[in-house]
Amino acid sequence: MAVLVVADHDNTALVPIILNTVTAAAAINDDVHLLVAGENAGTAAEAAARVAGVSAVLHADSPAYGHQLAEALAPLIVGLAGSYSHVLFPSNTTGKNVAPRVAALLDVAQISDIVEVISEDTFVRPIYAGNAMATVQSTDPVKIITVRGTAFAAAAEDGGSAAVQGTDGAEDPGLSSFLGQELTKSERPELTAARVIISGGRGMQSGENFEIIERIADKLGAAVGASRAAVDAGYKPNDYQVGQTGKVVAPELYIAVGISGAIQHLAGMKDSKIIVAINKDEEAPIFSVADYGIVGDLFKVVPELEEELEKQGISAR
Amino acid sequence: MKLLVAVKRVIDYNVKVRVKADETGVETANVKMSMNPFDEIAVEEAVRLLEDGTATEVVAVSLGVQQCQETIRTALAMGADRGIHVKTDEELQPLAVAKLLAKIVEKETPDIVILGKQAIDDDSNQTGQMLAGLLGWSQGTFASKVYLADGKANVTREVDGGLETLAINLPAIVTTDLRLNEPRYASLPNIMKAKKKEITEITPDELGVDVAPRLTTLKVTEPPKREGGIKVETVSDLIDKLKNEAGVI
Repeated sequence: MAVLVVADHDNTALVPIILNTVTAAAAINDDVHLLVAGENAGTAAEAAARVAGVSAVLHADSPAYGHQLAEALAPLIVGLAGSYSHVLFPSNTTGKNVAPRVAALLDVAQISDIVEVISEDTFVRPIYAGNAMATVQSTDPVKIITVRGTAFAAAAEDGGSAAVQGTDGAEDPGLSSFLGQELTKSERPELTAARVIISGGRGMQSGENFEIIERIADKLGAAVGASRAAVDAGYKPNDYQVGQTGKVVAPELYIAVGISGAIQHLAGMKDSKIIVAINKDEEAPIFSVADYGIVGDLFKVVPELEEELEKQGISAR
Repeated sequence: MKLLVAVKRVIDYNVKVRVKADETGVETANVKMSMNPFDEIAVEEAVRLLEDGTATEVVAVSLGVQQCQETIRTALAMGADRGIHVKTDEELQPLAVAKLLAKIVEKETPDIVILGKQAIDDDSNQTGQMLAGLLGWSQGTFASKVYLADGKANVTREVDGGLETLAINLPAIVTTDLRLNEPRYASLPNIMKAKKKEITEITPDELGVDVAPRLTTLKVTEPPKREGGIKVETVSDLIDKLKNEAGVI
């Protein structure tokens, strides 16, 4: 049976993590279908059809699907699930919101946040914020899965030529409605999608002092994060927090500035490809996970780093 | 308005978890256990609604082994009125927890059930949404603000790109994110008072729920170990390494 991927999108374009989710789906079965449920989402459905490795696109269009509300989407997906062995969602805020509702309605377990496909019924997923890896097997007839995007390569955005097939929507239960959104106005990328992250800890000493790392961020096209200690001290709001109870990130480059490396922070960033630590305490635990460490006063090292990046003409990729 | 809050007993977030040598799970013997941090936020939100007169009763529920009653006591010390303990030594997976909570909701008929968005042990992030599905209720997940008016809840949600606000019908499920509030510490007098509050015990059998696990954990292993790297002396050495050795800038 084919695998269904439930696409997250803004009715125009797919959210990039869908490309990684398609790769995870293809590791289960090479017959991968994408569901694009939206409002006037024809453009998104066309984009879905171009994704390499996708063999069919189901397009359900209704005002009820315009904002990816779980209450409206779940009955639609439940209705389709019988034709599939697996239904995959991205492990982003949309997928995490919708998938468990679908699983409950189907009376099946959900396998959250998989990072590896062992076989069609066995998957690896992190528990305890990645401090342990669980290999789990499901015997349910339909497997409802969310996929951690950073663990799978992105499928090519182009190269596919799947047919787009319209599908009827399910009845809207009318339980919820969208009032508005306030997307973070930042030129910087989002933490969970950034290729480079620079985070500050309690060593920053104040919220104003984050400016020195923000300047590096702007040079490298990086997102800015903070440790729980920095958030608790009020230097930055909670949505900056990287760690076990904040955001779990795995960028190509993570620069930890004035962060000692409490367990709770390490849990949120230790899967980064390259970790750089700048800290004046050479015994700080952050150095035990850092590929490159500089022991020194961050207020001296960080401006030097900015200067040197400038001098060498290094900028965002 | 009546509120139900679900609280889970988990390994304290400051404990470094260790995988057991036989790969069957993580070490829990002699490890400090606490209320799941997101559930503390759920209790705090419920208690605030009680204090401002919006809610009339807050019931805290925990499911699992005998010691879950300590977690319920914590919720009672924070200000919940009474507790329900669904007692079992079986492993409870999110679907089973959602089914048990659904039965309790039928008995207690709360207007809102508030849960943490995820537990920091299994990191599933499922129970609230599953409960909403089973009950056919609306769901306001990853909430950073909840405003109640005219039989609806306006829930501001933490989404990847920022915030979004939904109007959801009551009764509803709300799951908490970090920014919703800052949970209080229970005061000593309140801890003493909590000892006198009532905790009702019930079993999954009495609730008529089959809690058999659907997922089998084949093994639990250490994540790939990360080796500490090197210290570099100067910023230009660092840039050289990042550029030429790691190739990330």
